[in-house]
Amino acid sequence: MNTLAATQLVAAREVRAKLRDRTFLLSTLIFLLAAAAATTLPSLLSGGPATVAATPEISAQLRAAGLEVREVPDDTAAERAVRDGDTDAAVVAGPTVLARDQAPADVVSALSVEPPVRLLNPAPAEPPGAFLVPFVFAFVFLLTSQTFGVQIAQSIIEEKQTRIVEILVAAVSVRALLLGKMIAGTVLALGQIALVALVTVVGLRLFGDSELLDLLGPAIGWFLPYFLLGFVLIAALWAAAGALVSRLEDIGTVAMPVQLVVMIPFFGVVFLSDNAFAMQVLSYVPFSAPTAMPLRLFTGDAAGWEPPLSLALLLVTALAVLAAGARVYEGSLLRTNGNTSLRTAWRERETVG
Amino acid sequence: MASVTNMLRLDGVDRSFGGRRVLQNVSFGAEAGRMTGFVGGNGAGKTTTMRIILGVLAADAGQVTWRGVPLTRAVRRRFGYMPEERGLYPKMAVREQLIYLARLHGMTASAAARNTDTLLERVGLAERRNDLLEKLSLGNQQRAQIVAALVADPEVLVLDEPFSGLDPLAVDTVVDVLKERASAGVPVLFSSHQLDVVERLCDDLVIISAGTIRAAGSRAQLRATHTAPRYELVVEQDAGWLRDHPGVTLVELEGARAVFELPRGADEQPVLHAALARGPVREFRPVVPSLADIFREVAL
Repeated sequence: MNTLAATQLVAAREVRAKLRDRTFLLSTLIFLLAAAAATTLPSLLSGGPATVAATPEISAQLRAAGLEVREVPDDTAAERAVRDGDTDAAVVAGPTVLARDQAPADVVSALSVEPPVRLLNPAPAEPPGAFLVPFVFAFVFLLTSQTFGVQIAQSIIEEKQTRIVEILVAAVSVRALLLGKMIAGTVLALGQIALVALVTVVGLRLFGDSELLDLLGPAIGWFLPYFLLGFVLIAALWAAAGALVSRLEDIGTVAMPVQLVVMIPFFGVVFLSDNAFAMQVLSYVPFSAPTAMPLRLFTGDAAGWEPPLSLALLLVTALAVLAAGARVYEGSLLRTNGNTSLRTAWRERETVG
Repeated sequence: MASVTNMLRLDGVDRSFGGRRVLQNVSFGAEAGRMTGFVGGNGAGKTTTMRIILGVLAADAGQVTWRGVPLTRAVRRRFGYMPEERGLYPKMAVREQLIYLARLHGMTASAAARNTDTLLERVGLAERRNDLLEKLSLGNQQRAQIVAALVADPEVLVLDEPFSGLDPLAVDTVVDVLKERASAGVPVLFSSHQLDVVERLCDDLVIISAGTIRAAGSRAQLRATHTAPRYELVVEQDAGWLRDHPGVTLVELEGARAVFELPRGADEQPVLHAALARGPVREFRPVVPSLADIFREVAL
């Protein structure tokens, strides 16, 4: 059996264990419900078009504008309908629009004549809030990589704490163990995100803004490779962090530096997003690239050759951290009676064939 | 001594931890088809030695070979190991994790399942197979741990204190299973503090003390080389005169009964004659030294 087969076995076990973990299932369910609510509730709560009370003479014109019309015999009845709250507005002789405390824009525009407009240099239509899209993606990346990263570290510590690790490393290489855990974490994270994305897309198609959906398409396309490699990088960091402690209670002592390494670049991107030069730099730094490069691509600031280069840089860094993580893991493996300093773990590696 | 082709051998193994030497020039062998007991006090180096055999720790010097070939991970994957620090996945079902461990050792899914079921039946855990490990009593977890070492049909078995924590009934079951493996041609190397169990079980013995091997060989060999001939004498009255008899070293004296040693190669008959000259002799027989005697002789 080679390292690949061992890695597969390890990854499959991790995934199976996770899929039976109530906390994981519950958190996935909550994410899905949140996504479903965020996409469907706004249109369900807004209650559709305004209702208008009007006499038969004018009702046809209002209906043609897509309003819900309640026909009333005269203007007095129309006014009463508004006062009683039976309708949102009423149209009486004049024509005059009656409403309670706010001018109903859709009723007003149904009765007005708009002059024709000719744009000489039209900008591409961009729905409000579109600029937020890459930040939302970046936030999802941050959240997911932290959640699943911590779980990778926990799974490593657990094997040390329950001592099964000695049986495991007698049979398979440390690299296969680490890689298996990272692959499992990545598969689970991607799976969870894909599910949430699916619910979001279906929700938007059915209830919401399909213009926003069209914008999301290409953004997701670039987000995927960055998410994948970015996650491998962060997972490797967490694996190394997990290797340094031997009890779950001590995870906090190593979690902080890893969290900072992930958070600082994220906030750097958020606060420097208007600074083209800073963004260009950040889109190559491996820790901020997964956030910065998709953002530059989204706004059209990055040239075509840039993403492959920054992805390659990210990949090399991820592999280097993985190798370093494996070395630290080997060095701290059997020091199960205390935490290991990074330096000791690095030097005390067991060089076993 | 069997040929090197069927031996697990350690040659000149050294290991230090942060400047403290834990193993020094450790060399011994465990022969295929025999049970080799590995005994020594706390901190003598048993666990470190076993970890080095399994590749969990690296040796600073020296090498470990199986059938004359230095160990690689591929070779070690065919070893069965029970570490001193027990542990399996607490939140995983017993059968499922044993199958997983068998597969990590290179077995196919179906062979892994077959072996797991047979062994769980054998150690009396068949009914608990789908329970989470943490739901089992400590004794039953220990049985599962032994199955974990055996499940992949290992070529070599290395067991660190396999009997500690087992109830007497489970000890018998495990002893039977291990003997079966040994007679099937597997070298079984096991450490134990319980010298009586080792006495009952082992064909060969390796004694380690303070990181060096003090003695290794079959029990009969060790007795012959490491303990002086010992006799028990029961006479009619006080046997205290033995103290002054030339060549005799008294080991025990209780009134008319005495246990004594003679220098290697010395004739015991003059002592018997001397005893008969003083009165009737009720008993006179050689005493086979126990493992504990050998151990005390060699390790201290």
